Amino acid sequence: MRHTISLMVENKFGVLSRISGLFSGRGYNIESLSVGETTDPNYSQMTIVTSGDDRIIEQITKQLNKLVDVIKVTDMTEFEHVEREMILIKVAPIQQKRTEVLELAGIFRGRVVDSSESTYTVEITGDEKKIEAFISLMRPMGIKELVRTGKVSIMREGLKKK
Amino acid sequence: MKISGAEIILESLKREGVKYIFGYPGGVVLNIFDVLYENTDLRLILTRHEQAAVHAADGYARATGKAGVALVTSGPGATNAVTGIATASMDSVPIVVLTGQVPTMLIGNDAFQEADIVGITRPCTKHNFLVKDVNDLAMTIKEAFHIATTGRPGPVLIDLPKDVTGGKTEFVWPEKVDLPGYKPKYEGNKWMINQAAALIEKSRKPVIVAGGGVIASGAYKELKELAEMTQIPVTTTLMGIGGFPGSHPLSLGMPGMHGTYYANRSIQDSDLLIAVGMRFDDRVTGKTDAFAPNASIIHIDIDPTSIKKNVRVDVPIVGDVKKVLTVLNKLLKTESKSQWKEIRKAWLKQIDDWKHERPLTYTYSDDVIKPQYVVEKIYELTKGDAIITTEVGQNQMWAAQFYKYDKPRTFISSGGLGTMGFGFPAAIGAQFAFPDKLVIDIAGDGSIQMNIQELATAVINKLPVKVAILNNRYLGMVRQWQELFYGGRYAHTQLNPLNMALDVVPDFVKVAEAYGAVGLRAEKPSEVEPLLKEAFKTKKTVFMDFIVDWKEKVYPMVPAGAPIDHMMFEEKEEKPAKKLKVVK
Repeated sequence: MRHTISLMVENKFGVLSRISGLFSGRGYNIESLSVGETTDPNYSQMTIVTSGDDRIIEQITKQLNKLVDVIKVTDMTEFEHVEREMILIKVAPIQQKRTEVLELAGIFRGRVVDSSESTYTVEITGDEKKIEAFISLMRPMGIKELVRTGKVSIMREGLKKK
Repeated sequence: MKISGAEIILESLKREGVKYIFGYPGGVVLNIFDVLYENTDLRLILTRHEQAAVHAADGYARATGKAGVALVTSGPGATNAVTGIATASMDSVPIVVLTGQVPTMLIGNDAFQEADIVGITRPCTKHNFLVKDVNDLAMTIKEAFHIATTGRPGPVLIDLPKDVTGGKTEFVWPEKVDLPGYKPKYEGNKWMINQAAALIEKSRKPVIVAGGGVIASGAYKELKELAEMTQIPVTTTLMGIGGFPGSHPLSLGMPGMHGTYYANRSIQDSDLLIAVGMRFDDRVTGKTDAFAPNASIIHIDIDPTSIKKNVRVDVPIVGDVKKVLTVLNKLLKTESKSQWKEIRKAWLKQIDDWKHERPLTYTYSDDVIKPQYVVEKIYELTKGDAIITTEVGQNQMWAAQFYKYDKPRTFISSGGLGTMGFGFPAAIGAQFAFPDKLVIDIAGDGSIQMNIQELATAVINKLPVKVAILNNRYLGMVRQWQELFYGGRYAHTQLNPLNMALDVVPDFVKVAEAYGAVGLRAEKPSEVEPLLKEAFKTKKTVFMDFIVDWKEKVYPMVPAGAPIDHMMFEEKEEKPAKKLKVVK
């Protein structure tokens, strides 16, 4: 099963490598990873999407907790939480489909951030379902390039356990 | 007053109670060595290889329980240290390794003797540091010792660029460390300990499997109290040897691949397995699905990642073994000893039958020295009052099987990583810690050659370390696997091809003498005892070359990946071993 794990870590050099090294060294899989400073510049917040059975996820969270530079590990999957990812997608539709791209981007509350004679670059933000839906709609249009930020995740207030 | 980074390092080490540093100099650690030139409180022990320096620090740590310290240079010095660090990591040994590094300006430039040792050792240290500012030095060293020696102990590396050790600042020794991401849990969960006590009271066929955690936490007395009070037999893993007296009637010896028949049978038959400070290594469990099939499992360990990693657990208790056992023993004290004796009668009788059915054996010979006989004689002559280190392979297993360890920290062996060449430098480290103790490395002719250069360290420091080489002219353990599982095709395990009628290479007696140590050789069983007596009498470093039966195998044996009750035993009707020509 897929799990979203949120980490509070020391904002020091080498921390990312400790974490990614733990995953590769023990044969765990990282599906996406995003990291950035928190309001306190001493700490960074990291969101890792990984998958595995219960035993593996338990090991992953325990192993992460064991790292000296990791302050807090939360398996977001156990809690009510909000997940978002942003993508930038560059499509090159044929002439007749150009307006269709704009319409779809509008429906998905996306923004066109760049356009040229032959392409549009659209910015979309949303949860996994929304992102995947938009990508699949764009596929027949001709995707030239796709970049994604990886998921970020935050707990809903109240820390309700599912 | 401002002092140099190098001076700060030595001052900090002194504050941490360090007496010995095992090390080897080089370009970028010269700042530190230069300060050591005048310093008499801290002794630098010059080894002949950086790997040996780390093993010696490791041996010192295992013998004392205090952190061992090694100091090596950058690049090749640091990479040579890696095997030593990985060895300590696998066996949870507290050591602090200081490595020199090229000046911060040059890091990343592929400078001369540069290696990204922090990157290289990330997976085999408990934690590591690169110090970029001389002002961080004292705090980093304090943190390193704290991390190495608390929780589940382990190696910590500090990388020290030359401009940092050469820089100057005020020395401020921090009062305490504050590591928000490092808070080992010592107290076990009360409710879980209650559950454990309830299971123990209910069980009829319990067995304790004790590991290295018992020794690391100093829970020797608490474990003995638990076992004696509740009359539960104890099997000690390789790392747990000495954590429970080997000569105790409740001792089952070692479990697992080369464990005793009765230890493995007890585990497989048990209705409750109490795992104390051990991590269910594959050499202990064999096939995990078939391990202790009828038992509930209580697992006490300070490292939460050890729990439920390899086997299912019914009652997990994360905490320090000593603290948890203290609470558990208190809970169990309600029932009187006679009651426990009565309850355990049938189970202990069963185990006794197994002990008689298949004890640990070997076939003695008058013509050729059996390696087990040498180990037995060492035990007999020392009366168990020695520190034994081992190399890795058959020598290690026989040292574990045929010598009974009654005290913790008297058996020092590379368990997890299985590092050949560990025993001799570890013995040197242990001898520094206990100058008056008899320290013996039980070695093989293969392993001893992996750090044989340390003869110089031993002789120059006048260490009375004794090395008993069980010389079978083979990489014996690998040869054993080739005999049993590869149709006797001894691919490259013959260190001295028998069919070539060569003299044995090297002549260990001459090697020892070349270094100024004493070299002795025994070729007949009758020579074993007099030779050992002679060796133990002298205050010098001694190499004892025992020419042993090359065909001897370690039994019992469970093939890798099989359930631990699928055991192979010695075949009694073996033909007499061929006599070998050896150096006179």
